[in-house]
Amino acid sequence: MPLEAVASVDETGTDKEFLYTLNFGPQHPATHTTLRLILTLDGETIVKAQPDIGFLHSGFEKLGEDLDFNQYVTIVDRMNYVSPVANEIAWHHTIEKLMGLDITPRCKYIRTILAELARIGDHLLCVGAVALDLGGLTAFLYAFNERERIYDILENASGQRFHPSYTRVGGLINDVNDLFVSQVRAFVKSFPKAHGDVCRLLNKNKIFIDRTQGVGTLTREEAINRSCTGPVARASGVARDLRKDEPYLAYPELQSSFKIVCSNGGDCLARYLVRMGEMLESVNIIAAAIENLPSGPVNIGTDSKVVIPDKSATYRSIEGLIQHFELFMWNRRFETPVNEVYGANETANGELGFYVVSDGSAKAWRARTRPPSFIHFALFPHLIEGHQISDVPAVLGSLNIIAAELDR
Amino acid sequence: MALKLDDNIFVSKLDFLANWVRKNSLWPMPFATACCGIELMASASSRYDLARFGSEAMRFTPRQCDVMIVAGRVAMKMVPVMQRIWLQMPEPKWCISMGACASTGGVFDTYSVVQGIDRFIPVDVYVPGCPPRPEQVIRAVLDLQEKIMKGGTIDGREFAKRTAYEGPGDRLGELDPSEVVIAPGNFATGKRLRGLPLVN
Amino acid sequence: MSIEHATAIDAKFGAGSALPMEFRDNKRLTVPVEKIYGVLAFLQLQRGFDMLCDLAGIDYLGYADATDRYGIVYSLTNTTTGERLFVKTFVNDPDPEVPSVVDLWEGANWMERELYDMFGVKFQGHPDLRRILLPDEFTSHPLRKDYPMRGYGERHNFPTVTRAES
Ligand code: SF4
Repeated sequence: MPLEAVASVDETGTDKEFLYTLNFGPQHPATHTTLRLILTLDGETIVKAQPDIGFLHSGFEKLGEDLDFNQYVTIVDRMNYVSPVANEIAWHHTIEKLMGLDITPRCKYIRTILAELARIGDHLLCVGAVALDLGGLTAFLYAFNERERIYDILENASGQRFHPSYTRVGGLINDVNDLFVSQVRAFVKSFPKAHGDVCRLLNKNKIFIDRTQGVGTLTREEAINRSCTGPVARASGVARDLRKDEPYLAYPELQSSFKIVCSNGGDCLARYLVRMGEMLESVNIIAAAIENLPSGPVNIGTDSKVVIPDKSATYRSIEGLIQHFELFMWNRRFETPVNEVYGANETANGELGFYVVSDGSAKAWRARTRPPSFIHFALFPHLIEGHQISDVPAVLGSLNIIAAELDR
Repeated sequence: MALKLDDNIFVSKLDFLANWVRKNSLWPMPFATACCGIELMASASSRYDLARFGSEAMRFTPRQCDVMIVAGRVAMKMVPVMQRIWLQMPEPKWCISMGACASTGGVFDTYSVVQGIDRFIPVDVYVPGCPPRPEQVIRAVLDLQEKIMKGGTIDGREFAKRTAYEGPGDRLGELDPSEVVIAPGNFATGKRLRGLPLVN
Repeated sequence: MSIEHATAIDAKFGAGSALPMEFRDNKRLTVPVEKIYGVLAFLQLQRGFDMLCDLAGIDYLGYADATDRYGIVYSLTNTTTGERLFVKTFVNDPDPEVPSVVDLWEGANWMERELYDMFGVKFQGHPDLRRILLPDEFTSHPLRKDYPMRGYGERHNFPTVTRAES
């Protein structure tokens, strides 16, 4: 007997005995870390999905009220741990906006390159993980190969391959070296080939397409009404990208080197294709930025009283030493305007914003994060209803839920 | 014949065989909660290739695994889940606590993060780092192999001896007495659960 | 400009309904809580702010010169023009309550639940106002300023499993 349309299932009345409940997670390979779904099933069809989150709630925002603007960058790192450096850039973008600082051109370019590398890394993991969940291990291995190159670049620049904590208020912890430039150049050269490999594995793969096409469709109106941003919104036809709409860092100068990738499909396949397209655009941005990398300092001048002087200045000059102490003594540190500000960056997952309230001291009074994963996961029950249970990994993967950002 | 042999000799040889077999086929259960989980993935994938040490067969069901790798911080809501999974794993089993967060709470000294999983489950190997590099993860697996080789027995007698709590002492000492409310499970009214038997 | 929006709101809801303010590129309006739902609906339907980008809660306990305890900031975005507007309102103890905007923006659903979880601000008319991040048994609201960062020991209130019994 064919199954009835989902709309006709009466959950409490006569149909109740046919429905059963499936607990999915919190420890399940397709949840990629920790989230839980309570699915009400009619046969294999999902009638209702109830997400249960908070399994990784670690009090990020409370820590943000306890650490100063430079210290908190180590915590922000751990928020979207697939592309940590993008979070740092977004955080310090907001703090610099609060303090009214204008960073140096070289710093802007380096941050742009790193942000785009982070975007590529994030999309690679997302695409690889979707393919893995849908049964293709090879694409995942290809993706990880490229991620290792990105790790190498970050490690060379900052000293840590995973959580670099590379930005500081008013600049960077240190300048990049020549190896960085050649590594980035090599990456720009080799990445399109790896990208092509993944494309060839998946783009015409019948199983992959059958499992993603028409699954989890989100219309444009819904995407806007449900606060979607980033690739999820763009795959539903919302042509909004902060890099174009509110250009920050070096994007104003790099406008001609990239386009916004959009799609009208709104389904999982469209989201996959948008991500794949964005990676190539990112490579274009990186290529343009690395060739135009300006020279000069990466930190704004020490007379601004906000940047940490470099070690030689601290050890050899009295001004440097004083400034160092000014910035590290708990009762001095920064002076900030007593006001509040919202700053947002376009990260791989969508708009990552911080709403910072300052009471004039070096710590935020409130450091609210606008987490794209949290907002996108709220879509999930809506997207999955009426689909089969085997579509859960496809939809989850295409939304790219990062648990630490989801729960903070 | 065998009955006449001295018990000791017989048992120790089987122990050796069992240890040798176990050590080279450790199947990890990746209990990946946060960032460390991504590094765990990196250890298992192309460049670092944990398979070289017989430990690549990640299984997501605890019933098939020998070693639980807790990779990432464990929040309040996750502790019961972690204990349940640990109890579901068949003997013999080991636990690797990967990363600063799993071992000590790391940078997250906040209201919801457990300050070290060894307060709630027994841990065999700790891996420092935030996150540990894949080489360190591989080292931890090797260390665990060494531990198995040294102290393992075929019927797991070495586990039966570990009856005491192995975590850090003085759990309430870290807080000011005025800050402490002993209110478990139901945080408003409940009794303290510690000491009561855990229902599996 | 925030002035234009404020003038339009004042014209509709009576003078003093919206207090405009600007800082850097942020445009902010402060609206009394009685009028907040009407103002937000007006901004959505008449002024084209079709996306609720974010919902932030702030506890002003002990903040210099603060008169009200909880601030709630609605970040609105106009996806056609890219314009942003921040609408702020204040509520107070003992019964902080705000009308829910889930019927205007579906996206507000989880954000309001999170705000309730973290600050204990209730949203009237919310379809499903439960805790979202913390366990249901939790009794405090951790982002309030009077809650200590390390909590009251809730994090360690679990039974221990020893090796012999597992
Ligand atoms: S130890 Fe570091 S990398 Fe690992 S989970 Fe904790 S914060 Fe993340």
